[in-house]
Amino acid sequence: MTAHITKAQLRHPDDFYADLLEAHEGRSKAESDAFNARLILLMANRIGDPDELKTLLEAAAKTKHPE
Amino acid sequence: MTKLFEVPLYPYKWSPDQETSAPVRHPVVIIGAGPVGLAMAIDLAQQDIPVIILDDNDKVSVGSRAICFSKRSLEILDRYGCGDQMVDKGVVWSHGRVFFGDRQVYNFDLLPEEGHKRPAFINLQQYYCELYLVERLRALQQEGKPVDIRGGNKVASIDQMDDHASLIIDTQGGAYRIEADWLIACDGAGSPSRRMLDLDFVGRVFEDNFLIADVIMKADFPTERWFWFDPPFNKDQSALLHKQPDGVWRIDLQLGWDIDKEEEKREENVIPRLKQMLGEDVEFDLEWVSIYTFQCRRMEKFRHGRVIFAGDAAHQVSPFGARGANSGFQDTDNLGWKLKLVLEGTAPESLLDSYGLEREWAADENILQSSRSTDFITPKSEMSRIFRDAVLDLSESYEFARPLVNSGRLSVPCVYDTSPLNSDDVDGLPARTRPGSPASDAPVGEEWLSDRLGDGFKLLALGLEIPERSDISGLSVEGISVADSDIGAELRSRYLGDAGAAIYLMRPDQHVAARWTTLDWAQIETALNRAIGKGKAA
Ligand SMILES: Cc1cc2nc3c(=O)[nH]c(=O)nc-3n(C[C@H](O)[C@H](O)[C@H](O)COP(=O)(O)OP(=O)(O)OC[C@H]3O[C@@H](n4cnc5c(N)ncnc54)[C@H](O)[C@@H]3O)c2cc1C
Repeated sequence: MTAHITKAQLRHPDDFYADLLEAHEGRSKAESDAFNARLILLMANRIGDPDELKTLLEAAAKTKHPE
Repeated sequence: MTKLFEVPLYPYKWSPDQETSAPVRHPVVIIGAGPVGLAMAIDLAQQDIPVIILDDNDKVSVGSRAICFSKRSLEILDRYGCGDQMVDKGVVWSHGRVFFGDRQVYNFDLLPEEGHKRPAFINLQQYYCELYLVERLRALQQEGKPVDIRGGNKVASIDQMDDHASLIIDTQGGAYRIEADWLIACDGAGSPSRRMLDLDFVGRVFEDNFLIADVIMKADFPTERWFWFDPPFNKDQSALLHKQPDGVWRIDLQLGWDIDKEEEKREENVIPRLKQMLGEDVEFDLEWVSIYTFQCRRMEKFRHGRVIFAGDAAHQVSPFGARGANSGFQDTDNLGWKLKLVLEGTAPESLLDSYGLEREWAADENILQSSRSTDFITPKSEMSRIFRDAVLDLSESYEFARPLVNSGRLSVPCVYDTSPLNSDDVDGLPARTRPGSPASDAPVGEEWLSDRLGDGFKLLALGLEIPERSDISGLSVEGISVADSDIGAELRSRYLGDAGAAIYLMRPDQHVAARWTTLDWAQIETALNRAIGKGKAA
């Protein structure tokens, strides 16, 4: 399940990444947080399917980041 | 003008029970003449069960209190013989506005699903609801139904026995004692019965205070529901404006937990806030102001031997979603027929445990729903606030975000998915009418299905012919056959889907007990036995 949902499928990864950073440029932390929240909600709506959304939440939660 | 809630409706009257040497035993005694106790009494009286209601007061509820009555409640009240009064007096609305901070983010028109006798909900002051229930009780008395309402009767103590409960009642004419085979406690959120029996009331999921004001507008004002998130006149909290009959508007201002109630209630503090909400030049009179405090919680068990709890006495939720009185009517609807079958010996006493199971499950659902609304309205963490604000900001331009806006989800009846009274479902029929579901209304020829189903167990046969009456397990079950030519689009999509025919076994509270696509009397008998608590444990 996770495998299929987290398979690489961004067509232009570098372009998207650059767009994402650019969108945050010049924003305060609070503005960036709000932007991210809006983006997550828009993307969640595009995905729509509840099982996929749950899997994505789990995938994000499982990923470790050293403190 | 005397207000409705100042008129004694059932003043204290001396009862012969007060001077017998031995206490008189009654089959059913109800404590509390709030909406739930009154509805319970009507349910039982209509089934010819002798019933007495005791209330320490003699008037309807002061102030509007519960104001939003759902379609399900109206369907139940139809069966209680007073749905028309409520709907005729009530306000039907469908337009609303949502505000965030100092701006309107969107407005909406609820387009309710077609093909239902009753609207999705009406707005009506609780005192009118109680008045119509009392009038209905009086009409039943006139018809000779065995029901008695005793005002000025305050229950002072309850003694629980194996096969009855014994009560001491205080009145202005002195104290007296009665006994009840079954005692139904509908004595509200503060339930003295609960305390007398030393029972728990756990939960406290969250706690809040609301300033509630009934306001009479002196000029035209639109029939709309306005909801504010974090408005300038009530920072970090919410506010609600809602239309009621008689030109009364109801205003709810959320206040949070740590407040000085007396201070908040003073007119010089209330009026300026209301002016900020309504606009400086809107003229109004303040009819009633109160502070409503609640916690979200429920009793662990609603049945304790011969004492059964219903309404706010058993469960309390936040006002978001109007689940107080609405869920109370579902309690009485669930309990009435079960008690009747137990009293007449058709069903085992254990059937009453299913009242507890089903309604405790429903209370959990109501508490979950109202907790979610509260989390949206009053975010509990920084991130929760960021997402909440993002939803509201997006909702201004994008429709997709509007269903995420949660200012209270309308009370809809619970599906008893896990009920022991349900039989296994069959494949191929629509999910919305699966066993445990409340019947979805639909037109049937010139009539409404909700009216056709009425009270009592029913077999609903769609596209099949069954007898008008069948004796099954000691019950006389009415059969309703709907010929193919009478099955309209709504009935088909709600009950048949792609199937050519179906049989539904409906409970007296209009929940689906079982359903099939072919006629098999042995299966029907097994399902009916199960639905009256005689089935084998699953
Ligand atoms: C100020 C206020 C505002 C509210 N606003 C809302 C709202 O906006 N939306 C909403 O959904 N709900 C609201 N509610 C809750 C709603 O009113 C209740 O859910 C509803 O009334 C429950 O009905 P009930 O019959 O279970 O209890 P109640 O209506 O509380 O009735 C209990 C009855 O028991 C009687 N009683 C108590 N003790 C004894 C005794 N010892 N002996 C005899 N009789 C006794 C009382 O006199 C009373 O008549 C509000 C409640 C209050 C108090």
